[in-house]
This record gives sequence, structure tokens and C-alpha cells, in this order.
Amino acid sequence: MIPAAFDYKRAGSAEEAISLIGQYGDEAKFLAGGHSLIPLMKLRLAQPTVLVDIGRVKDLSYVKDAGDHVAIGALTRHMDVEKSPVLAQHAPLLAHAASHVGDAQVRHRGTIGGSIAHADPASDLPATTLALGATYVVQGPKGKRDIAARDFYKGFLESALAADEMLVEIKVPKMNGAGWSFQKFNRRAQDWAIVGVAAWRNNGTSGVALVNMGSTPVLASAVSSALSSGASIADAASHAADDAEPQGDLNASVEYRTHLAKVLVRRALEEASK
Amino acid sequence: MKVSITINGTTQSHDVEPRTLLVHYIREHAHLTGTNIGCDTSSCGACTVHLDGEAVKSCTILAAQADGGTVTTIEGLTKNGEMHPMQKAFMENHGLQCGYCTPGMVMAAIGLLNENPKPSEEEVRLGLEGNLCRCTGYHNIVKSVLAAANK
Repeated sequence: MIPAAFDYKRAGSAEEAISLIGQYGDEAKFLAGGHSLIPLMKLRLAQPTVLVDIGRVKDLSYVKDAGDHVAIGALTRHMDVEKSPVLAQHAPLLAHAASHVGDAQVRHRGTIGGSIAHADPASDLPATTLALGATYVVQGPKGKRDIAARDFYKGFLESALAADEMLVEIKVPKMNGAGWSFQKFNRRAQDWAIVGVAAWRNNGTSGVALVNMGSTPVLASAVSSALSSGASIADAASHAADDAEPQGDLNASVEYRTHLAKVLVRRALEEASK
Repeated sequence: MKVSITINGTTQSHDVEPRTLLVHYIREHAHLTGTNIGCDTSSCGACTVHLDGEAVKSCTILAAQADGGTVTTIEGLTKNGEMHPMQKAFMENHGLQCGYCTPGMVMAAIGLLNENPKPSEEEVRLGLEGNLCRCTGYHNIVKSVLAAANK
């Protein structure tokens, strides 16, 4: 399969990329690693007429200790997130979740920013960064602004990014030794999660988010509320799907997804509480 | 657009459409047909080559993205008529049946050992999760990779 024809523009910097995308408007898309976009283009599910290749903007590939948080450049590849010593120390949940994205070949090319900007509810890193209370830094023609992960996901593959804005950095609060767990339920090794859970707990606070439990990644606020009012893990996990509106598909019915979410949240909280 | 890629040590320039995928550039412009197209959806790994030293799926990369890069395909492994140790290990351990997944499997396996020279059996199985063998010949594939790692 070959994508439909498009014009190809290469950006050398974020500024150049934003200027190009502004010039071509709604029909243009950013191309980072391409591992979400190119498969969609082959299937004609996406048909941009211009691709702005940002894959060579090397100064947006980094993982830095920034005091109370870790700053990750949007073009950092999954393999570099997975293997980052800074993340291993300060946000091990994210590094571990990155190791579950696709397979080694996919992780060599796909980027954390591409995955988040694509806003696929079935992807691992949108939900994981949501659980961690991350902030996304986006840049447009008028400069940069911060969007909290919980305000970012607007619908299936839709985000708060304006057409002329580009995700440039992900700020992940340090986990400060919190217990954590990432549960990914699928039937074949490299598949998307049928349901996934990213969770952490620390001194009465917690964050739990769900993969593939609706049209966006879902923050399971009811679980955290239950935990902070003293509920047992089993009781808190029974609220796993309270904030979700899962859909049925070939892999799982709504009932099965709801059941899986409760089981996986319980397992995640047990692991995060060790 | 003009795209230049160094494939197996030779730099080649071809005028291609922007939508040309790396695997088509390799097969149809560079005429190296050892790299197979399998699922065409980045699931099966048959099209695995090395781009700038890392195993990648060439069906999900535009030739334009690889412009200026260095690619190694299965044809680039043989040096002076001698097979690469991984190819020898596949031969000696019967690591192939129909052979369709083999070029991608060998490239992925070499990529795996570059990153983890002494993997456990479990690490080999996990490291090759992006490569499917429809003959289900995984047992001897894993045996081949472990044999190559121990040489």
C-alpha cells in the first residue's frame, strides 16, 4: 500500500515547521516518526496534501532533569524514553510504559510527541502521561503555551492543539519514589492494549489512567477519590470504569472492557502499593 | 524529489515521489529484492532493515525520511563471500522454513544483539516481537539467535 500523493516539506526548526504548517493550513500534517500517521495514510484514513517533516529537528530530542519535573522533547523516540536514566530515576512508570509501545523497530522511530499529538486513546503514552499529571508545552506562531494533559484530549484523535500549533515538550512531574504499575492487556505481543492501566500511589495521593476505554485516554478520578477517602484497593478498583465510556469492537465488548478495567486497576493498585 | 541513501556502502540517488516508501526505494529503485514486503502495516517485520544502525520497518518510513541516511539490507551482510555469523547461525540451526520472514528476522536479530549482546531466551523472544513467522518456526529462530550470541 502506498499513501495518496502529497507535497513534502522538511523543517529544520520548530519555528520553520510552524510557519510551514500555517502556510498550508488544515490540509497539512506534521510528520515526526510517522508510525501513527503513515499507516493511516496508507489506508486513506488520513489524506493530508502536505507533510511537514519535523523528524530532523534534533534540538527537540532530549530528556532533562528540570528540578520538580522531567522535561522531554517532543521528538524523543520511544526507545530513548524507555532507556533514559533520568526517567528511570524520576518517572520510571513512563520509561516502563514506553517499553510496551509497539516493538523494537517501532520504538526506534516513533516519538513521544507524535504519540501524544495523535491522541489515540489506544496508545500507551497519552494515558500514562495523563496519570502522571503531565503538562504539554505547545508552540504556535505567537509563542508557547502550556496545556495540562487532563485538558488536552478532546475526542477520538482530537486534541486541544490548534491547527498551527506543534507539541514541543512534555513536562512530567517527578514521581518522588511513588509506587507504580503499568498493566497492558492484549492478545498478541506487539498489539495495542485491549485495555491498559497506568497507575501510581504515594502517601495518600494517586493517579490512575486508562488506555482504550473510550474516545480519549481516561483519567479514572473515581478510583483516586475512593482511595483518598480510605477505600480498600478492591473497593477503589470497582470504580475503575466510572469515568469511562468504552466502546465495543472486534476485540472486546463494552461489558468485557469494563470488567477488564476493574481487574487491571486492582492489579495495578496492588503492584503500586507494594 | 531527489533522495540519496547509502545502501550497503553505495550511495544512490533517485528521483522519487514523496510518497515512496523506503522498502519500495530499496526494492524498485536500488533493485535489492532481498528485503520482503509482508503485511505492509508495520506488524510483521518482513521489511526490517537497518537505518543509521537501528532495526526499522521500511514499509513505514518514507524514502524522504531516510534521505542522507545509511541503510543496510540483508544483501549487505555478506563480506568477501562469507555469510554474517547470524546468517550462519540461522543455517546451522534450521532457523528458517519457507524463508519469507528470514531477511527481516535476521536484520532484527542483528539489531537486537547490537543493543543486547548476551540476551536470555526470554529477551530474544521479546526482542523479536515485531517479527512474525507464518510457519511458526520460532523455536529454531530463537535457538539461532542464541547460538549467534554465544559465538
